[in-house]
Amino acid sequence: MTTDSLRGAPPHSPKSKPSVAPFRSGSRMPSLKMKAGRQHHAGPVAYVLLGLVALMSLFPLYWTMVAASTDNTRVTQTPPPFLPGPNLFSNLSRAWTEAALGKAMINSLIVATSIAVATVLFATLAGFAFAKLRFTGRNALLTLVIGTMMIPPQLGVVPLFMMMSDLGWGQRLPAVIFPTLVSAVGVFFMRQYLMEAMPDELIEAARVDGAHSLRIFWSIVLPLARPAMAVLFMITFVHAWNDFFWPFIALNMDNPTVPVALTQLSAGYVRDQSLIMAGALLGTLPLLVMFVVFGRQIVGGIMQGAVKG
Amino acid sequence: MATSTTPAPGPGGPEAVAPPGPGRTPGRKNRPQQGRRNLLHRLDLRGAPYGFVAPFFIVFGAFSFYPLLYTSWISLHKVELATMDVMEWRGFDNYTALWADDRFWNALGNTITIGVISTVPQLLMALGIAHLLNYSLRGSTFFRVAALTPYATSVGAAALVFTMLFERDFGMINWFLGMFGVENINWEGDKWPAQIAISTIVIWRWTGYNALLYLAAMQAIPRDRYEAAAIDGASRWRQFISVTVPGIRATIVFTIVLSTIGATQLFGEPLIFGQGPNGISGGADNQYQTLGLLMYEEGWKNYQMGRASTIAWAMFLILVLAFVLQRLIKGATSRTRTAQGTRSGKR
Repeated sequence: MTTDSLRGAPPHSPKSKPSVAPFRSGSRMPSLKMKAGRQHHAGPVAYVLLGLVALMSLFPLYWTMVAASTDNTRVTQTPPPFLPGPNLFSNLSRAWTEAALGKAMINSLIVATSIAVATVLFATLAGFAFAKLRFTGRNALLTLVIGTMMIPPQLGVVPLFMMMSDLGWGQRLPAVIFPTLVSAVGVFFMRQYLMEAMPDELIEAARVDGAHSLRIFWSIVLPLARPAMAVLFMITFVHAWNDFFWPFIALNMDNPTVPVALTQLSAGYVRDQSLIMAGALLGTLPLLVMFVVFGRQIVGGIMQGAVKG
Repeated sequence: MATSTTPAPGPGGPEAVAPPGPGRTPGRKNRPQQGRRNLLHRLDLRGAPYGFVAPFFIVFGAFSFYPLLYTSWISLHKVELATMDVMEWRGFDNYTALWADDRFWNALGNTITIGVISTVPQLLMALGIAHLLNYSLRGSTFFRVAALTPYATSVGAAALVFTMLFERDFGMINWFLGMFGVENINWEGDKWPAQIAISTIVIWRWTGYNALLYLAAMQAIPRDRYEAAAIDGASRWRQFISVTVPGIRATIVFTIVLSTIGATQLFGEPLIFGQGPNGISGGADNQYQTLGLLMYEEGWKNYQMGRASTIAWAMFLILVLAFVLQRLIKGATSRTRTAQGTRSGKR
């Protein structure tokens, strides 16, 4: 009987919950529900202001699309174009080849995926240990993890650059993958989630049954943590895809990631403004698609990470 | 969970969770093996947690902490990019040279002014947006996702788009201002317009993100605090100032810390906004060169890795200084607040 509850989905698993609100908390849910009923309703002014905020947020992206779908002459006229033109796909395919964004997109995909997978795995491991395992120095180590958030990694770029050329990773993808394989925010995020989502009895029961820690991690923690892991994966992916400073130093134009390749568009080699905008659009497209599909979950994840962050 | 009350693993216990497979032998039930099992079990209990947190500390130590420390060592040497193995001891020469270097003070000034222009409006706007999002709203998911979308845009793309929007002759912003009779502004060439334009990129990308952090904190404020304030006759605005803002104080501090770190490291926005050869120098007259750009210029354009390290270490010290200052201000304000509190309590 214990076996079944360990192997299959445990009855406490939040897996069955809708993934929109993956971060249930026994104590907070009722208060949230009560509050929703009593919250002030937004008046027309609030809607107008929020509409403006949405417009300001989305307009530059819309205009990127407009500019990317016209041609250079039209973009540089005044008044500027507000409606899309006919050249979107030809400009995008030119950006893919002429601005060498094709290779950059593939590189970014490799980099962001490796970083996100590793970050999620290591963050879940450490988050589980900090949330549920007892060991000497746990609080001190956790404080240390949080303290590392205060150290901007950019400050170590000179030695990092030397290290990478010593390792033979100069201008190669491992140089940008390895330094960002872990994330303090991720560790803290998974700890918060597992503290709430994972009942202690589940671990104790498994221990009694003789399961070792790694086995508990594999068979109980991983299935339970899946919603939070998905959110962390997406947030890390966004960060890794957009990371700029270190990749700009570590990589060159023959082997760039997307943000590095985009600097070449600004450097004046490309004169065609609509082509530049097509490049900017292409480089952002994967993340925009992700936002359209999983926006709610990403918003939920950022907000949940914040409450106690 | 009948077995959970059993103090020691029952004979069928270990096998119950082990994967069914050829590796499982009945011999495991033997007594000496069980003793070994207990030892392993204890080792596992003691050691596994350290194993689980180890990857974080190993990677962080190797690729963040060690480089940070080593930066300070390199900053005491002359090291050239082409011959990085050759380190020539210089003592504090790099630091005195930096202190005497006008470009450093210029970049420091730019970093501070761009940091203030980008952070203060950003956090104030985020606070307002969070307040609006905290109303009971139709389509709240849309507004939240919309506000966060700029966060999904890379520095590269955002800076390219805004460079075009801020273009002097055909840019949309000058066209728009022109309708109100404003002459075309030279957003790239003039100092303050350039710094405002760069700050706009930062504000655009990060306001929604901060708003969501604030919103999350606002939702955790217990409702009865508002009710108590309402009973005391506090207006909505008064409630916002005396209930909402203190209620999310920790989050506000957190975002200030994050934005301060972000502001000292600013690099991509001014680099790309500058377009081409002017990018690294931060404009023809260095009018928007930040410390990040200056560090890059020293290290990878002038090939002086030692001096670049000096700038990196200076940036770190500035950050530490900023936090010390912030703590002092925070301490001073909370002291005055408690003083006011006791005063009003006496009344």
